[in-house]
Amino acid sequence: MYVAVKGGERAIDNAHAWLAEERRGDPAVPELTVAQIREQMRLAVNRVMAEGSLYDPDLAALAIKQSRGDLIEAVFLIRAYRTTLPRLGASQPVDTAAMAVDRRVSATFKDLPGGQVLGPTFDYTHRLLDFKLAAEGEVAAAPTQDTIPEPVPHVTGFLNRDGLIEAEPRDDTAPPDLTREPLELPAARPLRLQALARGDEGFVLSLAYSTQRGYGRTHAFVGELRIGRVAVEVDIPELGFAVEIGEVELTECETVNQFKGSKTEPPQFTRGYGLVFGQSERKSIAMSLVDRALRWKELGEDFTGAPAQDEEFVLYHCDNIQATGFLEHIKLPHYVDFQAELELVRRLRAEAAAAVQEAAE
Amino acid sequence: MAILAKAPPARLAELLPDLAAHAVLRAPETGAVMVRGRTGGTGAPFNLGEMTVTRCSVRLDCGAVGHAWVQGRDKAHATRAALADSLMQTDAAPRIRAMVLEVLAAEAKAARTARAGKAAATRVDFFTLVRGED
Amino acid sequence: MQAQSLTGGFADAPVESARAFRAILEAMARPGTIRRVEGAAPPAPLSPAAGVALLVLADPTTPLFLAGAVDCPAVRDWVAFHIGAPLAGAEEAAFAVGTWADLQPVTRFRIGQPDYPDRSATLIVEADRLEADGPRLTGPGIREAARLSLPETAAFQANRALFPLGWDCILTCGDRLAALPRSTRLEDA
Repeated sequence: MYVAVKGGERAIDNAHAWLAEERRGDPAVPELTVAQIREQMRLAVNRVMAEGSLYDPDLAALAIKQSRGDLIEAVFLIRAYRTTLPRLGASQPVDTAAMAVDRRVSATFKDLPGGQVLGPTFDYTHRLLDFKLAAEGEVAAAPTQDTIPEPVPHVTGFLNRDGLIEAEPRDDTAPPDLTREPLELPAARPLRLQALARGDEGFVLSLAYSTQRGYGRTHAFVGELRIGRVAVEVDIPELGFAVEIGEVELTECETVNQFKGSKTEPPQFTRGYGLVFGQSERKSIAMSLVDRALRWKELGEDFTGAPAQDEEFVLYHCDNIQATGFLEHIKLPHYVDFQAELELVRRLRAEAAAAVQEAAE
Repeated sequence: MAILAKAPPARLAELLPDLAAHAVLRAPETGAVMVRGRTGGTGAPFNLGEMTVTRCSVRLDCGAVGHAWVQGRDKAHATRAALADSLMQTDAAPRIRAMVLEVLAAEAKAARTARAGKAAATRVDFFTLVRGED
Repeated sequence: MQAQSLTGGFADAPVESARAFRAILEAMARPGTIRRVEGAAPPAPLSPAAGVALLVLADPTTPLFLAGAVDCPAVRDWVAFHIGAPLAGAEEAAFAVGTWADLQPVTRFRIGQPDYPDRSATLIVEADRLEADGPRLTGPGIREAARLSLPETAAFQANRALFPLGWDCILTCGDRLAALPRSTRLEDA
């Protein structure tokens, strides 16, 4: 039972004022600017954009500043802001094959057109704290190499030629949008991918890890991981044709998964897909593993009861704003319903005590 | 329009400092566009997430109409891009092309090439140490 | 796109659309009351009130059906520029605009589903006259009874019988509008 109560206004105002002061920290230390967060905390900005489901690095940086670095709180601020924006339209599906790649690696093919490009990766660092960063200093410019941009085709295209991997035939059905219509099950793959793309990185990571450990195992290899920028094209109604209106940085992961074949499908490699705003490779790999695990039904596999195969479990729990909203609401006043619980427990105890006494007599 | 949309707003303002007299057909309006991807990169479209976009439409006194849709929330950028688009429908087109569009296109290409050069420097050259006996 | 299609939207969208939304909300909440709205100057034959209703309610995610004479290049272009609603057939439409005769048969419009009654159409009916006379209206939002000049009674009664499913209706005439939600009961005058 919920009962409206009044009061606490002064306490709330003062709490907000103190929050602002704590956010600022020691005034002797220079204040962070939004631009500094955007440039130097870029992976945090990327995560807020991906899970906030709104690509705008300045807004994400502002949200991180306002939330004192609590990324889920920052995601919450972005989700709230995006509801104030009119929806002007939808883009043409982005062409990730035409991505200007910063990074592109394949764990399945060593030699591939376009090559293995490491990009600005943490891989091969020694994970030793670099105390030089504690002192401010200029960074030397990264080496460059003259290059003639060459096409960087998708790795899965090579396997496709031999028919060894399932095809992804082009389809132009308008996708469902869970920001507009409530999530209904069973969900088609486009809806699942939307939910996973904005899902919590930690949750999706753990689910993906659970499939690797055997809960819905699919034997995934990273067929290809690419990070870079793609143009966004939108149909402009007043012009009647599509125009590039900007660029977004994306991370795309395609897994190649072992598949022995089923009642309906021949033995072949199958695919899982991950696509995330920004440089977010952990999230995109995790997303592609979970995507693959959720595809058991269409591939005619058995449901083993693994959490990652359970679409209701995955889709209803991957959103950290829904989760934190429901979780954190229990700290708000529930005085009256707790009173009722208290009375119930007292009555049950009295009844139990009476029964014990009766039995003893 | 694509060059104007992708231009850094401050750079566009430098290249096109003066705003020609114009009527506003659609005041700069910030909204969201849903960015879509495709399953597996090539399959069915899905909604990835939104991006902020600002659009604007203007008409010059001579009647030429210009439209702009630009990424982000910069209303001055959208207005300036719409004006440049409208000027491209007039006698000023060659001047705008030479002094604004070509400059922006060249700078965008240079930035892209510089980034591609850094990526190319991280490309792996494999060499075989020992091949397993078979 | 014709030049006339680029004008006639809200000049000050945040303020004008908020006022117009309020007027439509009030009209829907108090069936039969007639309200004046302003801010839109759409191309003929679309009335200013119908233009306001579309500017406020429709967007690129609401399929729009243009019935009869309003389905002309000038109106199509105006909708494309100011609203961006995709044009659709009557069966898929979230909004439909036209005269009562052009909207027939109204049984083809979406009435929602039992679990989602909101997935239904709103008809914007262009009328030659809109006055507080005609069939007697009763139901939610009406203190005793109201009267409204409606093109007919039977179709609205049949729609009421579907409740909680059914379409909703906004009647427009010049710069005035009234609304008839699916919850209103009708009796012939």
